[in-house]
Amino acid sequence: MDFISILSIFVLACFVGYYVVWAVTPALHTPLMAVTNAISSVIIVGALIASAAAEAPAAKWVGLIAVVLASINIFGGFAVTARMLAMYKKKERADA
Amino acid sequence: MHEAAAAPSWVSLAYLIAGICFIIALRGLSSPESARRGNRFGMAGMGIAVATTLLIHDVASLPEIAIAIAIGGAIGFVTARRIAMTAMPQLVAAFHSLVGLAAVLVAAAAFLNPQAFGILSADGEILNVSRVEMGLGVAIGAITFSGSVIAFLKLNGNMSGKPILLPLRHLINLGTVIAIIGLIGWWAADTSPEPWLFWTVTGLAFLIGFFLIIPIGGADMPVVVSMLNSYSGWAAAAMGFTLGNTAMIVTGALVGSSGAILSYIMCRAMNRSFISVIAGGFGGDAAIAGAGSADDRPFKRGSAEDAAFLMKQADQVIIVPGYGMAVAQAQHALREMAELLKAEGVTVKYAIHPVAGRMPGHMNVLLAEANVPYDEVYELEDINSEFARTDVAFVIGANDVTNPSAKTDKSSPIYGMPVLDVEKAKTVLFIKRSMGGAGYAGVENELFFRDNTMMLLADAKKMVEEIVKSLN
Repeated sequence: MDFISILSIFVLACFVGYYVVWAVTPALHTPLMAVTNAISSVIIVGALIASAAAEAPAAKWVGLIAVVLASINIFGGFAVTARMLAMYKKKERADA
Repeated sequence: MHEAAAAPSWVSLAYLIAGICFIIALRGLSSPESARRGNRFGMAGMGIAVATTLLIHDVASLPEIAIAIAIGGAIGFVTARRIAMTAMPQLVAAFHSLVGLAAVLVAAAAFLNPQAFGILSADGEILNVSRVEMGLGVAIGAITFSGSVIAFLKLNGNMSGKPILLPLRHLINLGTVIAIIGLIGWWAADTSPEPWLFWTVTGLAFLIGFFLIIPIGGADMPVVVSMLNSYSGWAAAAMGFTLGNTAMIVTGALVGSSGAILSYIMCRAMNRSFISVIAGGFGGDAAIAGAGSADDRPFKRGSAEDAAFLMKQADQVIIVPGYGMAVAQAQHALREMAELLKAEGVTVKYAIHPVAGRMPGHMNVLLAEANVPYDEVYELEDINSEFARTDVAFVIGANDVTNPSAKTDKSSPIYGMPVLDVEKAKTVLFIKRSMGGAGYAGVENELFFRDNTMMLLADAKKMVEEIVKSLN
């Protein structure tokens, strides 16, 4: 992809992010941070490319460490978000 | 970019779908019901991105990669399961630092093996535009890492929450930032670039991250955590540019704007400019000026029995939680108290100030943990007009966000900050450990000395437990 196409995607995604995030209810701002944390670990893609290549051992090991770090974030981030979201409950209407 | 060009078109589509999954994940957070489904979309998006990457590359080291993912996944999963909800700000800071470090490592790997990333030009050097992107990626990643480490240490209590002010810090910071930008420019423009330029940028960025966060005090942590959240996104986006990867760019832009908006909301809730938060040192001078000025003024002190009696008689009680509730772990006792009051026919609501606690939404999570239904929890603008019609405002562990002088006293450092109008309630019950010590902003709270305020001087959890005993 040429630079301008990539830039267009980036700028449009910033706008999408702007509108989507303003729609997030303040009560869920902590889960928002946790889940953005998890998804920003999509940087694992770069780490995988580096560790997949056999020809440069130094880059491979650096990449593998990055895979470990990003995995901590992915699993930890999604799990902690799920755990938090499971706690948000509506008022019980049993007595009404 | 031979590799990117050779990839079939379904690959780009797969990354695009991953990006869309992430958008849906964030969109879901507009309400708690849809949020759980959104989170699963996020996981699916991540799965698609990882699977696609592994499929289109000749993976020579699949076992190693599987082991790396298993190790990281296990650490992350166990941590996420075991962490106490009160420790969530630290955990988020720690996670930010990992994203930052991962971005640095990916940039370093791309630097060491540019061929694998398809960023070599015809003359065997890394493409100039890729050098700019990598330079920015590694710099933002390194700042995110070291800044988050300091934020973690401060939030976790390993380091004092007080701002630490170095002499000439603005000059040092500005100089370092200029040096980083200059070196990236040099590295990008050079026809045969020296490797030390890349590593110096990395090193300087690590340093500036430390310097930037060290002078910022505990009360400003919601802004810092949001800001670092934003940085981690921009770092991912920069690396996405290097790889020409849609999923990374979309995600980076989403996370970057998310963190930026949260920082903005936090700054607005404190009536402070982003620049002044970053410049740091809030609370340092004010604490000295405010000390000893008003500490011998008369105030009313109440007991748990008094508080229980007052609340039992009330029609409506609004609970105002703050960081002190998190420190004392008082949320469960508080919910028990609210249940007993509801059984007496009292309407109980919770009022949350945007900067209550140490990160955006901190109080909401703790109340949710204690099984408080989220439709009893209100934001500042939705509940502020109700205090005038309320019998008891019950302030637990909050301070500056209830200070009426923010509305009247122009000389106050928190003047202009939107506050909860608790003083308009018939009675204010204010739990505080002791009368000494001002809030985090270092400002004396006028509220303590009002006629309708009753101070409950004790540990928040113990006091609430005693009130529960009296209510029974």
